[in-house]
Amino acid sequence: MSNVPTELRYTKSHEWVRREDDGTVTIGITEHAQELLGDLVFVEAPEAGSTYAVGDDCAVVESVKAASDVYSPLTGDIIEANEALADTPEVINSDPYGEGWIFKMKLADEGELDSLLDASAYAEQIAAED
Amino acid sequence: MGKQTPLYETHVTAGAKVVDFGGWDMPLHYGSQMKEHEMVRTSSGIFDVSHMTIVDLTGERVADFLRYLLANNIDRLKQQGKALYTCMLKEDGGVIDDLIVYFVNPNFYRMVVNASTREKDLAWIEKHAKDFTVDVNERDDLAMVAVQGPEAREIVHKVIGDKQDKVSELGQFFMAMFDDNWAIARTGYTGEDGYEIMLPADQAAAFWDDCVKAGTNPIGLGARDTLRLEAGMNLYGSDMDESTSPLESALGWTIAWEPEERDFIGRKALEKQKSEGVKQKLVGLLLEEKGVLRNHQTVLVDGLDAGEITSGSFAPTLGKAIAFARVPANIGDRAKVDIRGKHVDVKVVRPPFVRNGKAVI
Repeated sequence: MSNVPTELRYTKSHEWVRREDDGTVTIGITEHAQELLGDLVFVEAPEAGSTYAVGDDCAVVESVKAASDVYSPLTGDIIEANEALADTPEVINSDPYGEGWIFKMKLADEGELDSLLDASAYAEQIAAED
Repeated sequence: MGKQTPLYETHVTAGAKVVDFGGWDMPLHYGSQMKEHEMVRTSSGIFDVSHMTIVDLTGERVADFLRYLLANNIDRLKQQGKALYTCMLKEDGGVIDDLIVYFVNPNFYRMVVNASTREKDLAWIEKHAKDFTVDVNERDDLAMVAVQGPEAREIVHKVIGDKQDKVSELGQFFMAMFDDNWAIARTGYTGEDGYEIMLPADQAAAFWDDCVKAGTNPIGLGARDTLRLEAGMNLYGSDMDESTSPLESALGWTIAWEPEERDFIGRKALEKQKSEGVKQKLVGLLLEEKGVLRNHQTVLVDGLDAGEITSGSFAPTLGKAIAFARVPANIGDRAKVDIRGKHVDVKVVRPPFVRNGKAVI
């Protein structure tokens, strides 16, 4: 069973969202997602300053076997992308909820956070997939 | 649930991620495809390739039959036990399959063909075998494993014990058969030294376990694909198929044009294509910047028709992306590939990319 931290929010498409103290959010892909993909070898992160709406494809993670889109869980501006991933994409495999974060956003509407899955709903979803 | 090889339970016990592969439940990896790839390049690994189809051909006219059926010429096999890589073509020169044929004795040859093409291959072989009164016998009673890597032969020698004398004499591309149902060939699909071993299905799990105990590592089909791509070896269905000829698939070297009087299926079409000039060819691509080349991405060259990547992946040994691509025959040494709308520069190269553990590009 994959690790699904209770303090995070999730999407059906396997992104996680962490609300920071300053009101911004940090986003990555879940442990389950990196397990499905296998060894990651390339990440195309979004550019700071760009704007995305819910469900827009905004990043790409590529493993040896496949490329997979990362969808913006929320609407807002990208304030930072994880530049370390350019040289060490494998940290998404080893630490998907920590060093393996992909980008940070400033939200247009913090109320959108309520539309995301909580940990138990996401855990149920991935259990149903298996 | 798909078809299962005699090693299915072994894979599940070892924690394999099992996926459907042409109707077979096969191990994709046992944890990390990258680590498995590296182990084959630096030490050794064992692969289950029992899904492949082993076909024994027997009869007094079997050599005549194969001279007609195959684009390469079995007369190149001077000694019993030798093996030859060849294409089997349609009349129009399209590739029905690529395969290895082993010369067992003058009345007995063995072929190993792909799993995904099994039915059409057998139908084609049987149809033409009738004219030569050759018996076609699929050996689904046999399993097949490959042990590959710089330490592979040592591992196999340890495990097979009493059969060792016969095997250690094996030269490159040489097969030994013994005990009726065991065959060990110095062939492979990784660019490394090693063996492919055909053996009775009910002995496969014990042989596998013994090899793992002797120090080798289980390797899934994921790493098998990146290993063969680095080694510059074609994959049927991706890099060539019935719509492309060997001349368009970097397989011209497998066509035996001499002697001229040998009539093989597809010969006339290939001669015509050769004299008119081949318009497309299969080349290697190397991406020097970051990113990954993938199957079906478009290859762009100014002033020429677009080409297409037939096999693309990240190459673990190189730390860069590589590909095979079918492109206009007059392409130069640079091209661009469309990756999600971005046109990235690639170098056009001649595979292999890696041989015996080392980059050769």
